[in-house]
Amino acid sequence: MTPQSTFMVAAPIRLTLEGQLRVLLDSMNKAPGRVDADNALLPFAHYDRLHVARFVILRDETLGDLAAYGTSFPNAPVWLAFLGDCDGAADDMLREFADTAGAEIRRIFAHCEDPPGTDILAWMRRHSVQPAAQYVNWRGRTVQQIKQEAALHDFLRDCLGRTPALASRRALEIRDHLVGEVARARSALPAPTPRQRVWLFWVAIGLAAVPLVPILLMFSPVLLLLLWQLRVRERNDPVITPRPSAAHLGATSRLEDYDVSNPFSAFGSVKPGRFRLCTLLLVFRALELSTRFIYIRGRLARVGTIHFARWAFMDDRRRLLFASNYDGSLDSYMDDFINKVAFGLNLVFSNGIGWPRTSFLIFGGAGYEQEFKNYLHRHEVPTQVWYKAYPGLTASNLATNTEIREGLQRKHMTEAQAQRWLALI
Amino acid sequence: MSAALPAEADDVQALLRSGFVRLVEAAFLLLQIRDQAAARSWLHQAPVTTIADLREYQTTALQVAVSANGLKKLGVAASTVEAFAPEFLSGMAGDEARSRRLGDVGSNAPSEWRWGGTGEPDVLLLLYAEEGRLAAWKSSTVTALGQNGFDVAMELATSNMHDKEPFGFTDGVSQPQIDWHDARKPGGDADLDYGNLISKGEFLLGYANEYGQYTDRPLLPGNATEALPRAEDRTELSDLGRNGAYLVLRELHQDVRGFWRYAAEQAGSTAATSLAEAMVGRHTSGEPLITPQRAPIRGVPPNSPQNRFTYDADSEGKICPLGAHVRRANPRTGDMPGGSRQGLVARLLRTLGFKRTDLRSDIIASSRFHRIMRRGREFGTWVPSEAAMRPDCPDPQSGLHFICLNGNISRQFEFVQNAWLTSAKFNGLFDESDPLTGNRLPLPAGHATDCFSLLEQNGVARRFQRIPAFVTVRGGGYFFLPGVRALRFLTQ
Repeated sequence: MTPQSTFMVAAPIRLTLEGQLRVLLDSMNKAPGRVDADNALLPFAHYDRLHVARFVILRDETLGDLAAYGTSFPNAPVWLAFLGDCDGAADDMLREFADTAGAEIRRIFAHCEDPPGTDILAWMRRHSVQPAAQYVNWRGRTVQQIKQEAALHDFLRDCLGRTPALASRRALEIRDHLVGEVARARSALPAPTPRQRVWLFWVAIGLAAVPLVPILLMFSPVLLLLLWQLRVRERNDPVITPRPSAAHLGATSRLEDYDVSNPFSAFGSVKPGRFRLCTLLLVFRALELSTRFIYIRGRLARVGTIHFARWAFMDDRRRLLFASNYDGSLDSYMDDFINKVAFGLNLVFSNGIGWPRTSFLIFGGAGYEQEFKNYLHRHEVPTQVWYKAYPGLTASNLATNTEIREGLQRKHMTEAQAQRWLALI
Repeated sequence: MSAALPAEADDVQALLRSGFVRLVEAAFLLLQIRDQAAARSWLHQAPVTTIADLREYQTTALQVAVSANGLKKLGVAASTVEAFAPEFLSGMAGDEARSRRLGDVGSNAPSEWRWGGTGEPDVLLLLYAEEGRLAAWKSSTVTALGQNGFDVAMELATSNMHDKEPFGFTDGVSQPQIDWHDARKPGGDADLDYGNLISKGEFLLGYANEYGQYTDRPLLPGNATEALPRAEDRTELSDLGRNGAYLVLRELHQDVRGFWRYAAEQAGSTAATSLAEAMVGRHTSGEPLITPQRAPIRGVPPNSPQNRFTYDADSEGKICPLGAHVRRANPRTGDMPGGSRQGLVARLLRTLGFKRTDLRSDIIASSRFHRIMRRGREFGTWVPSEAAMRPDCPDPQSGLHFICLNGNISRQFEFVQNAWLTSAKFNGLFDESDPLTGNRLPLPAGHATDCFSLLEQNGVARRFQRIPAFVTVRGGGYFFLPGVRALRFLTQ
């Protein structure tokens, strides 16, 4: 099994060079919002283990919100972040970048404070940011597998297109025919994604739960105290959700909705104080467990449109970056969020300054549609360069392709199963 | 029409309640304001038909809508105008990103439009009249407009195709039912299932919407504006939006000959109708392809079985194709697969995403947040499908002046147009945009969107590729259809 990894390199931009940097990053695009996958600086398409990648300038327009807590962040850095998701180890990916495009990456990060010297790999390692939590749509499915499965789907469709009198034949008979065609074409079938032994996780959870009950009982007064602390904060925390300016909306939307998927980058401050930070750390721990062992094949709770996502602390945990790669337009992404996983968003983002009012960490919050949408729009930062190795394919498409391949490799099928399988093609 | 009038019926323009089916003649006038004072005073006394007027049969009806440009030209304070929805302010063609989402690219691009491509006209007048009454009324109205500070930039004529749209299908069969009397509280258990009774706040500003919240709209200091109603959610302020709706207008040209010739060429002239019906998702009569269920659906009147169905039992699309037009326009999904019949544990498992089967069936959920009230009118010459298939059929130059009403353009009209109709990935599909309205342009990386598939009983898809475009956008705009008090206030 080749699990995917995530990499992120970030450095503060030298503000006098920000304009130049933007021009340089734009040169990696054919047009704003449309990456040139073979661009001269970092030809993303040449890296066959790379799923998604982006360069994003994290300029936080919401620093003023800190005033609501009587604090400020003078001279807050404007970060340049280079992040993405790949097959295999992240360090191997960075090494490959350094080996093949070291000079170009150095040229990009030369616009930052403490610019890289000759050893770009060491510099990238030094400036790596580990995510607090991450999500992978389908654990272990490689770029190669995605491409092979897509090719297999096309091949099967073509076969069906060439086969006469399809409607009158039994599904099993047609399936046998397709299996034969694939064998004859000797097209190398991708290996199935090995299933993780998720049951081990559940056994571990079960075993851990047994001693947990008396411990929880023992500490219940403490828990009640913490709950009371939470409620006090939830009632008093300022909500900051003005409508973002048309200029801000335009700066982000002009880069979106070319392909079927979009990048989302959002940046903002964590609520000051230890209570919120600890809550956040706890939530991320739980989130990380769930995305490692539960949400590993196609969905994050009910949301099936996210390819990769990450949460990363910046500036000594004062600020948080959320970066995702999702299908559809931002508005439908946000609607999906509200209608399907408002509770999950609240768990994390209610610890960020200005989030719509929550109760008990899961209710309310993202459920306030307009406040939530304003908040997200306002915290979104434009993603200057964004690459996805399989444009034109949604996460749902990828799941279907995987299902088609798995169906082809199955030894036995009933007629009804074969009908459902054919319908996928 | 049910007997009880909604509250404030005399403040709501009648289009919210009625499509004026007996007023078979209609014309839509696109106006530019030449003289602010004169235009204000004409609009101030314009005899707008309200829902209350519908108690008696009206031989004519006038409805008035204003664009963001129009509000500015009428001299409405900038701070007031800016409190309307961002998409209304930007306009249908005002932003390339919006055009991409709406599918208004290529030959549908605003640069190709007859009107609206460089911004909405200021005012939209909708004139409805019973047979024989429109011409004289319209001509006197146009004269009066010219004398009162308006230029008539364009007149959109309509024609009476009875209840059909130009392709030959009964139109307007399915509409949401507005919950005028607050009979339901949204977000309850019942909403786990599909329902058709929708909060009035989804269509009228100033009332609670499907989230139980109030959509942003201009609220003014209370003391300055006694003419306006107070805001329900903030009683210290006056509500300029209350009883008003956003009106979306799109001029859609339909290639009736192309549509039927394509169907005949693919399926043969005898089976052309059934292929066309599969693409639409209803029979030409308006009957659904799915057999109506016995159990009632909230908000579907007992006498309309043609709307008493969902796609729950047809998740693969063997009866109604996954990509069929009406299935896209309203997927009829509740808030959660499995609906309200399942127990708490099952719901929790579904909420947490533990049901493997939901990976496919839960792609499109919660239709109730994306409903629109359609009020379009046809134009051009009516041609029956058999005639349209013949090579000597002259171009009927027909189409639809699509009109819909909603309270949140972005979440309703734009969402339906973008995520459901235009998307080649709707319902987990790969390469199918709406079989009627899709612009057929490939995705940037070259993937096709001009396909359509029909499932045979054995699961094999009969695939149609390189389907030509049948519908072209030739104009469009976003307008505000104000409440009567708001209209008077805006023009006082």
